[in-house]
Amino acid sequence: MSEERNGSRKGSGGGFGGRGPLGPGGMAMPVVKAKNFKGSLKRLLGYLKPYRMKLLFVFVMAILSTAFSIVSPKIMGKATTKLFEGIMLKYQQVPGARVDFDYILQILLILIGLYLFSAFFSYLQQYIMAGVAQRTVFDLRKDVNEKLTNLPLAFFDAHTHGEILSRVTNDVDNIGSTLQQSLTQLITSLVTIVGILIMMLTISPLMTLIAVVTLPLSFVVTVLIAKRSQKYFAAQQKELGTLNGHVEEMYTGHQIIKAFGREDESIDKFNETNEKLYQAGWKAQFISGIIFPLMNFISNIGYVLVCVVGGIFVLKHKIEIGDVQAFIQYSRQFNQPIMQMANIANIIQSTIASAERVFELLDEVEEKPEAENATVLQFPRGEVKFQQVDFGYREDVPLIENMNIDVKAGQTIAIVGPTGAGKTTLVNLLMRFYEISAGKILVDGVDIREMRRGELRSLFGMVLQDTWLFNGTIRDNIAYGRTAATEEEIVRAAQAAHADHFIRTLPEGYDTILNEEASNISQGQKQLLTIARAILADPAILILDEATSNVDTRTEVLIQRAMRTLMKGRTSFVIAHRLSTIREADLILVMNHGSIIEMGNHHELLATGGFYADLYQSQFTGGNSTSEAS
Amino acid sequence: MFKLLRYLKPFTWSVVAVLMLLFFQAIADLYLPTLMSDIVDIGIVKGDTQYILRVGALMLLFAAASALFLVAASFLSAKIATGLGRNLRSLVFSRVESYSLHEFNRIGTASLITRTTNDITQVQQVVVMMLRMMVSAPIMCIGGLIMAVSKDAELSLIFVLVLPLLAGVILLITRRGVPLFRAMQVKLDKLNLVLREGLTGIRVIRAFNRLEHEKKRFSEANSDLTDTAIKVNKLMATLMPFMMLVMNLSTIAIVWFGGLRVDHGDMQVGDMMAFLQYAMQIMFSLVMISMMFIMIPRAEASAVRINEVLDLVPEIKDAAGIEQTQDKRGLVEFRNVTFSYPGAEQPVLSNISFSAGPGEVTAIIGGTGVGKSTLINLIPRFYDVDSGSVLVDGVDVREMSQESLRAKIGFVPQKAVLFTGTIAENIRYGKENATDEEVKQAAAIAQASEFVADMQDGFGAVMAQGGANVSGGQKQRLAIARALVRKAEIYIFDDTFSALDFKTDAKLRAALKKETINATVLMVAQRVSTVMDADRIIVMEDGKIADMGSHKELLKTCQVYREIVSSQLAEEEIA
Repeated sequence: MSEERNGSRKGSGGGFGGRGPLGPGGMAMPVVKAKNFKGSLKRLLGYLKPYRMKLLFVFVMAILSTAFSIVSPKIMGKATTKLFEGIMLKYQQVPGARVDFDYILQILLILIGLYLFSAFFSYLQQYIMAGVAQRTVFDLRKDVNEKLTNLPLAFFDAHTHGEILSRVTNDVDNIGSTLQQSLTQLITSLVTIVGILIMMLTISPLMTLIAVVTLPLSFVVTVLIAKRSQKYFAAQQKELGTLNGHVEEMYTGHQIIKAFGREDESIDKFNETNEKLYQAGWKAQFISGIIFPLMNFISNIGYVLVCVVGGIFVLKHKIEIGDVQAFIQYSRQFNQPIMQMANIANIIQSTIASAERVFELLDEVEEKPEAENATVLQFPRGEVKFQQVDFGYREDVPLIENMNIDVKAGQTIAIVGPTGAGKTTLVNLLMRFYEISAGKILVDGVDIREMRRGELRSLFGMVLQDTWLFNGTIRDNIAYGRTAATEEEIVRAAQAAHADHFIRTLPEGYDTILNEEASNISQGQKQLLTIARAILADPAILILDEATSNVDTRTEVLIQRAMRTLMKGRTSFVIAHRLSTIREADLILVMNHGSIIEMGNHHELLATGGFYADLYQSQFTGGNSTSEAS
Repeated sequence: MFKLLRYLKPFTWSVVAVLMLLFFQAIADLYLPTLMSDIVDIGIVKGDTQYILRVGALMLLFAAASALFLVAASFLSAKIATGLGRNLRSLVFSRVESYSLHEFNRIGTASLITRTTNDITQVQQVVVMMLRMMVSAPIMCIGGLIMAVSKDAELSLIFVLVLPLLAGVILLITRRGVPLFRAMQVKLDKLNLVLREGLTGIRVIRAFNRLEHEKKRFSEANSDLTDTAIKVNKLMATLMPFMMLVMNLSTIAIVWFGGLRVDHGDMQVGDMMAFLQYAMQIMFSLVMISMMFIMIPRAEASAVRINEVLDLVPEIKDAAGIEQTQDKRGLVEFRNVTFSYPGAEQPVLSNISFSAGPGEVTAIIGGTGVGKSTLINLIPRFYDVDSGSVLVDGVDVREMSQESLRAKIGFVPQKAVLFTGTIAENIRYGKENATDEEVKQAAAIAQASEFVADMQDGFGAVMAQGGANVSGGQKQRLAIARALVRKAEIYIFDDTFSALDFKTDAKLRAALKKETINATVLMVAQRVSTVMDADRIIVMEDGKIADMGSHKELLKTCQVYREIVSSQLAEEEIA
């Protein structure tokens, strides 16, 4: 089930936005069915509960406005009948024959009243529904976002961004437009169909039969075409997915394609998929486009039947001429709600499926609640202790077993190991992004589970390998770590991180707005900004996650100096590649394949002659420079 | 939006055919009420059942013809719209492929992807709608008017009053609505941005304990969007009821004035009924046209973005007279090269001169933003220099064809990018006809054999999109193998080794030495240990060459280099 969903979502990728005023493409798109239709529907209705009085009002308005507009053709027919009667009498030269315009005027006045009311009610209904639908969507979005802030990182590591985004945007939008349009449409369609049937029956049961002869036909046609078109739309979706994948890949690797001169192959492959997409696309478009002409044709058949049979009936004085006119109007009004009803089943299905995906997210297990009497460290010193800690991302694969370390305030701990050795695991544990399965982690003697997460994390300053900056000014980005920072403090932090110089060369200086992908500054500059951000935050404990690996050596010299000053008096966990930093560390944790395999300082580890010693020696084996240089 | 319609040109005949078909369809549809009025005015008045039946059959015929025309039109318009989409996509994609890095980065990868995929789909959908509604609505409107006037010209005067009123209101509402729809799109984008940032920066947000702040940001964007959405929908709520009201009131007017005219004998009852139906058709077509006003702004934003891509012409083109290189096999020479990114005040590189020959290793080292990557990107002519010249084998790169220039180069970028496909296919990307043996050898030199062998299908193992199923270091090694398999004259490594751990780095360089013995090697590096044995180390500072020489020479002469070295190596190793 979930695989099926992933498949269909692939195509839309990062596509956001609503469906537009044309309303849900329920018929066109392949419909994903909800797993627990009833439950999800009930829950969705729960969101509408605060608005139930308004909704009730909307429903009443909808019924009234439709009812009024349905009655009108019958009344209008009476006017025509009266007119025709008068004319016929005149035609037959009956003495004193005249058209009863007083009567007609009376009817028309009633009609004006009816139409005014109908328009007013329908306006009220849509006006109120706009508020209700959008507010509900607002609530849903808000709930989802709040939920996201309470989910553990394990959730985000297990789901792609696209997947999560799609639930907050596409799925919520889908629900929104259904509420805005389809819900009242469902009511008005139902009322219209039933109302028209009743009206027609009151005029002439026999004519009604003639008028509805085409009904089953149009219903069958709609359903049949919808089914066929789904097949083509699925094919189209699949090709679109392949195409989008290719585009994404080729654009991300643009430099490589240029460097290897493979533009033509890339274009050829694109055109091949594009052609397939075209083949599937026009068929899908055509099949779904054919529904309108067919419905129009069926409606015309009904129209002709009404005209012919009606005409004959008038001749036989079974019905009046005005009734024929009313029937023409009714049969014209009939088809639209039928088509809508045929679609609505699909729309509701897809809406509930969307709602279900949103609810699934809302039901994810949250982070453990905060401790009740949370301890607050007034003056953090930065002692960190691991006591018999066990941990694994999956229960059956333990990564860390019985780990004990004791870090005094101000010490430096280097974490080393080959790429992909799982060094970020320690960060995840220290910051309590993940929960340990056994043992205790203590900061200044307090179990980190007895602190508020926010409090705990603000003890740490962190520079991650992948820089994260947001769409805002450079100033705001640096001040992210401390909102109350003054301009002077921000500049000082930037100077300490050696970012001040490059910031000032930018045309807008500190007011430069980083664009969406922060592509208007270089990777190294981004790194400098994140360092400035950490410096400004002034934490008790530092975590440098390969902090300088994207900053070049020359800059790094300067940064290291700043870091060294910064590290003074602070406990620092450094995930580093640089042997000089490692050598000076008070404690080295050597990691491989996710677990800690060796622990100790540089000399101790070299003496053991294990993995670390091997790693250390290897730096110079290829270059054989030690001898050369000395 | 309308600018894009010029790409409809190949479909001119189809479009004309659709117009004709829709015209005939409209005529056929419009003729039905006239036939109906005959049933009333002649059939019923004269009591001629036969006549009624005959006209009924005729009506069916017209209805069938109308359906047929419409099906044909929808067949053609489906082909036109999807065809336009296909052509546009192909055009945009080829254009983007021809971009140099400069144009490419100006728009950005993510944005280019959206433009090639979602934006074109959006436009395609609107074209379908346009062909279906926008074309048939005016035809129906005008046709309806003609038929109505032909039924009774005097009664048509009602339209003179009603139509401007209706059109005026539609204009008024859409004029207010369109900017609101635009604003809504912008606010939706904003919400998505906040959300995406919240996801990508989740660790940082939590580490800095800024959840509340982010919540507030989201909530602001959410309220903003909701307010506009409510405004739009409330505005639109006035449109339909009002139009229905105008339509219904005009039917009343038609019945009243029509009745008077019938009474005077100026008109027949059946004609009046037909007139009523024409009035309906005319006004419905106006409603459809008003829908288009809402549709177009949505596609307009997409169209603008697509046009931007198509209007951006790549700066780097092959010269008219292409020069062939003399066979010097890999000599790279920079002569007084100055380069600045467009719009920048300061050049990134100024007065760069050096040359690197076959069998030599040239390393480039220096601080952030000094232009190391820019420098090597000039060799495959990813950018064009401002002044001076870059020569390969004695020929200015601007005078060579891009193809022949790049065929000489094995390039390994800073960020390893792999494509979907097997490992072997990825390595073969460097040389299409490489034998299995060559692929294996390249992998062995790049220190990739071991982990490839560990994978379930070895060289046949399939890469996930973006190479998600291998680690960063492994990706980098495959990227190196991809370059090595080319047996290129010039190898360029853009900071390729820093993602590797020391052990692999050292082994790889040792193996590489043998392989590239006859080639020119240029590498950007961060670790002193990586560059120490280079024949020539270029130390860069502020876009200029600070100093150039071997490790030993630089230790003596270059202060900057000494700083770098001392930060990385302990005393005894420098000495």
